[in-house]
Amino acid sequence: MAKIVSVKEAISLIKDGTTIMIGGFLSCGAPDKLIDGLIENNAKNLTMISNDTSTPGCDKGKLIVNRQIKKLITSHVGTNPETGKQMTAGEIEVELTPMGTLMERIRAKGAGLGGVLTPTGVGTVIEKGKKTVDIDGKKFIFEKPLGADFALIYGTKADKYGNVAYFGTTRNCNTVMATAANTVIVQADEVVDNLDPNEVIIPGIFVDYIVESKAGG
Amino acid sequence: MMELLTKEKIREIIAKRAAKEFKEGDFVTLGIGLPTEVTKYVPDSMNIMFQSENGLLGVGKNQDKNNIDLRITNAGGGYVQTIPGACFYDSQMAFILMRGGHIDATVLGALQVDEEGNLANWSVPDKFTPGMGGAMDLVVGAKKVIVVMEHTSKGQVKIVKKCTLPLTAAHEVNLIITEKCVFRVIPPLNDEPGRLLLEEINPMFTIDDIRRTTEADFIISDNLKEMEI
Repeated sequence: MAKIVSVKEAISLIKDGTTIMIGGFLSCGAPDKLIDGLIENNAKNLTMISNDTSTPGCDKGKLIVNRQIKKLITSHVGTNPETGKQMTAGEIEVELTPMGTLMERIRAKGAGLGGVLTPTGVGTVIEKGKKTVDIDGKKFIFEKPLGADFALIYGTKADKYGNVAYFGTTRNCNTVMATAANTVIVQADEVVDNLDPNEVIIPGIFVDYIVESKAGG
Repeated sequence: MMELLTKEKIREIIAKRAAKEFKEGDFVTLGIGLPTEVTKYVPDSMNIMFQSENGLLGVGKNQDKNNIDLRITNAGGGYVQTIPGACFYDSQMAFILMRGGHIDATVLGALQVDEEGNLANWSVPDKFTPGMGGAMDLVVGAKKVIVVMEHTSKGQVKIVKKCTLPLTAAHEVNLIITEKCVFRVIPPLNDEPGRLLLEEINPMFTIDDIRRTTEADFIISDNLKEMEI
């Protein structure tokens, strides 16, 4: 069952060279306080799996600026010029993946599947070097599952059982990432005794650690 | 002829024409930039739900600057309101909508588009590539793919015989709207290659003007209409 801990306790588990997934679409629904903890911890040579790299001064973007990321698997880096600079200089390895494919690869890992067949990227550079499969006359690309050692995710509300609920567009890729990492750490604006089961978006079974710390500000 | 149209007017002509592609009750996803301007020309009486790939169906106006809720954004990171009937969901659901064929129409910009309906809009070799984001999934999945763009860019032809830039998707474009004309893409069928059909022309231009600024071959519709400008 999930444990309620401090940012420092949770982040101290993350060592050099590990693979981390971080939730959030740009800054919305990004676990900013956990990321600040990771900046302080200063673990290096990390592989980061994220939707984007936000902006240089915000959440995921700070990890790029602080040069903690060796490899990045993401769909878009256009909002962070620092990522671009490090890419061009060959200082960071970047695997650009269509956003929907990225989400489904993560889901496959969490769901115990051997991969996904997607029409996205057929006839483009994304197809290069990958297996393709013909299903009823239509071509699909085989994409492998993608998991991580840690997932750092955000929740608007969590309960002591690890259940997580969301407000607005903050859930984005947090939900799928919670299913696909060995250790899942949630930063919640508010931690309550127990959520109404009807409200729960991420079942507590996926969550290992909860940190109460309000996003933003 | 070109100089008669300001950048502003060009964008207006294109956005206005694209807005006519929506039907009552459509679910629509727009790209950033010019495609976003299409919303200005959708009549208030028409019920269209705009989808944002970060997990919102029913995108409304921008939030009041003095009272921002950071927890509701669009895919560009702008703080938005929701309209009645709106709903939130996660990224996986967003791409079930987009890739799974549930979005009625998408409007996107292009760097190049060709006579087989191939689209290039995410990458230029030897230049920094910011990534495709959700564009590849969207173009593959949307029921109707509408490309909106200036007919040429700094004198460079954009409607080509075959895209030379990295593709976003193959054979997915249905309609190309520029300030000069509207082309429908007739998809390749068996041994027949894809072709462009000129359906509408801005009366400020002649067919020869279109030919001079279009590398792709095209056929002219028997029903060629004038674009409203």
